[in-house]
Parts: sequence; C-alpha cells; structure tokens
Amino acid sequence: MEVSRRTFLKGTVLGGAAFSALGFDLTPVYAQTNALKISRASETRSTCPYCSVSCGVIIYTLGDKAKNAIPQVVHVEGDPDHPINRGTLCPKGSSLQQDILNDRRLLKPQVRRPGATEWEDISWDQAYTEIAQRVKKTRDDSFLEKDAQGRTVNRCEGIAFTGGCTDTNEFNYLVVKSMRSLGVCYLENQARV
Amino acid sequence: MPDRKALQADMISAHTGPSPGHGMQRDLEVCKLIDTTTCIGCKACEVACAEWNDLPFTPTTFDNTYQTMPQTSYHFWNLIKFNEHQNPDGTIQWLMRKDQCMHCADPGCLAACPADGAIVKYANGIVDFNQENCIGCEFCVSGCPFEIPRFNPMTKKVYKCTLCSDRVGEGLEPACIKACPTGCLKFGSKDDMKFIAGERAKQLRDNFGWQNAGVYDPQSVGGTHVIYVLHDATDPERYGGLPSNPTIPWSYTVWKWLFKPVLGTFALFGFLGVLAHYVTSGPRLAQPEPPGKEKING
Repeated sequence: MEVSRRTFLKGTVLGGAAFSALGFDLTPVYAQTNALKISRASETRSTCPYCSVSCGVIIYTLGDKAKNAIPQVVHVEGDPDHPINRGTLCPKGSSLQQDILNDRRLLKPQVRRPGATEWEDISWDQAYTEIAQRVKKTRDDSFLEKDAQGRTVNRCEGIAFTGGCTDTNEFNYLVVKSMRSLGVCYLENQARV
Repeated sequence: MPDRKALQADMISAHTGPSPGHGMQRDLEVCKLIDTTTCIGCKACEVACAEWNDLPFTPTTFDNTYQTMPQTSYHFWNLIKFNEHQNPDGTIQWLMRKDQCMHCADPGCLAACPADGAIVKYANGIVDFNQENCIGCEFCVSGCPFEIPRFNPMTKKVYKCTLCSDRVGEGLEPACIKACPTGCLKFGSKDDMKFIAGERAKQLRDNFGWQNAGVYDPQSVGGTHVIYVLHDATDPERYGGLPSNPTIPWSYTVWKWLFKPVLGTFALFGFLGVLAHYVTSGPRLAQPEPPGKEKING
C-alpha cells in the first residue's frame, strides 16, 4: 500500500483529534497524592500489650519477608477484624510503633539491688541464677504443708504470679504447670481474654 | 501519559484554564463527621495522625489545660481543643473539639494561593497541599477562615491535614477516624454523614434537652467536608474559636476576581501599545550625536 504525503498528514491529524476527543488528556493530571506507605508492606496480626482490653492490632512491616530483606516496622494500626476493638485504638495503642522503634527500649536485664539507687546491667545467665536462688529461698521460707486445722495443703504463700494480656495460651499453660508445681496459689492474669 | 490516579482534581490554585480531567468521572464526596457530644478527649486521633503521617515528636507547651499545645502546628495537624464554658445557670460545660482542616467546598487557601498547583481540591472534596509547588508565600495562612495552614520555617513550605488523601485514594478511612475508640468520628459520603449528624442533633434536642443542638456545616464557604454535631449550634465560638460565619477575606476575592483580570488586561494593553508603536513608528534607530554637545559638557 502506498501512502502519499497528503494521506499521511490527514491520518495523523484525524488520529490525533480522535485521540484527544476520546478522553486522552495529554496534560499531566494534578491529582498526585502520596503513595500509600503500607500498600505492599507485610501485615502481622498481634495484640496490644498495654491494658487488659487486649485490642487487636496489625503491624505493617517493610518488605515481603524475602530472604535478603531485613524487616522493619513502618506502621501499627487497629485490626478491623478483631471483635474487641474493631479497628479502633486508644492513644497509647495508637503509639505502638514507638514501642518498637524507640531508643530508650530496654534490651538487656537490669537489677536494682536492695538499697541501691542505680540500675545495674547484668547478664541473662546471672539474672536467671539470681531469680532461681530467690525463688528457692522464698519457697523454702514460706512453704506451708499443713494449715491450722492440720489439713494437708502444700502451698507456697510467699510467691505470687501475674501474667500480661499478650501471653499466649501456650505460655499460660506453662505458667500454670510451673507455678502449681511450686505450690503457688496466687496466680493471676490481668487479661480476661 | 501519566497514570490514572484514584483522585480527580476539581480545583487547582492559580491554574489558568480548566483543571485537567475535571468532570471526567462521577466522584463520591467524602466527609468526616465529628460528634463533639460523644468525644471524651482521649487524643487517640492526635496520636494516630502523627503516627500515620510520620510527623516528628517535639516538646509541647503546657497552658493549664488538657490541650496538647495551644494551636495546631506544621508538624501537628490534629488537635483536640479543650474549653470550659460557663452556662448562664452557673454550671460548667467541658467541651472538646477536634481541630483540623475543614476541607471547605470553597477553600479560602486555594483562592488566595498564587502558585500553580500548590493547592488542589479533589473532586471528592479533599483539599490537599502539594509542597512541591508551594512557594512559601503564606497567603493561604491568612486566606483560611479556620487558621489551619502552618508554615514550616525550615522547609519554607506550608503544611496541614490532608484528610489522609493517600489512604482515602486507596479506599481506606483517614487514620484519625480509624483510631477513635468512642465512635464520635465517622467517615463516609457527605450525604450519609449529613443524615447521621441530623439524626444525632434531633436526638439531642428531643431526648437530652439540648434545644439548640445542631450540625455545623457552614454554607458561607460552600459547606465543609468536615462537619460537627454541636450541643449549641447557635454559638460555635465556645468550642475554641470555631467561627459561626467563616468567610474568605474580601481582599482575596478582590485580588482574584478584580485585580488579577484587570492587571492582566492592562498588561495586554501595554503589549498591544508596544506592538502598535512598532508597526506605526518602526524600531528606534541610533540617532547621530547632536553637534556641539561635547563643548557643553567640557
């Protein structure tokens, strides 16, 4: 097919006119909002650790959890599918990102000895050892085999245990097993979930 | 060809000619409803706003109220204003009002802005600042009847609440709406929000004895895309300076609709005059020096 110069020009003009008439606007559209910062982030469901209401939250993490990507929390907001809060959060819960990204977050065990004014850094090994020694001593001192009426009770009255609302069922199972084996009766959990 | 974005521009500041893409689509008008009668002043919306928009945390000032700071700032777009109002019978009302951009249908900031595309009103009603095009002249600050745009002296740009246009464009609700634990913040279409607000105001009048309860949706700026339910709609000033009749300053209307076209016309006449002079008299040529000039100077 042979195209003359005149036909080519006609076609170009007509095509361009049709292109514009059909709604292809070649000027830039000014509607450029910021990109959604969580559009491709990984979503992880979790529970707010603050009070016993135990609101559900979604933690948005940078990247898609690929092998070479180091995950980093970019946003935390309420979980709309959670029956307790249905997406809402209180001001403390809304600030959960700062719970993770915080210079002042405690990363190693510390102890303040009786009478001391300063906190002292100790190793995990030392912390576990000292806790075990104190538990043993307290149990030995406060263990009650028989009550005033002479009934066998075998309880340890010098120790109490409280759990938090983010404790899982598995964790609480272990808590009950270990505490009951010591004879602890004062077992409590702040969350009724 | 740019990508089709989720939000269509409706009005563009200082833009000559129609807005590109204007009227191409039907668009849902969105609206935020703030029921001041059920706000408990918990400030979850403040935190959610700062968190979502990655606004930096800075020391605040204390002025003997529960308010986080005296007024909104360029890095704090959403502020609960606490006000103690004394009723005629001596009782005290403790009022909390969420203060942020009202997203007017006829925005004063946009009318005042001289920079092309620095302020955009989308077809869904959101008024957004585009800092890329902002020249930092602060005309919007004085053009706003609600004292919302705030100048950042470091970046020399003006910032304010975006109604989370990034979230709304993707079909999510704004961050403050999502956080609100009492449900006093609601988000949806303007029609739905007006209906819910009207029903709530009626309930307050009929069942709770607030005879003047009503909806704040000022028509002097064409209605807003953030509306309030107030205990007493006849006196919005008691809620920390909410104007009862917000208007764009007349100087900006004069500037936009009188001075700008008139000055443009003068400029055109000037150009035409130059052209006419060129056509009739021709270009000015170098004239020979008048004789005897050197002697006078010397």
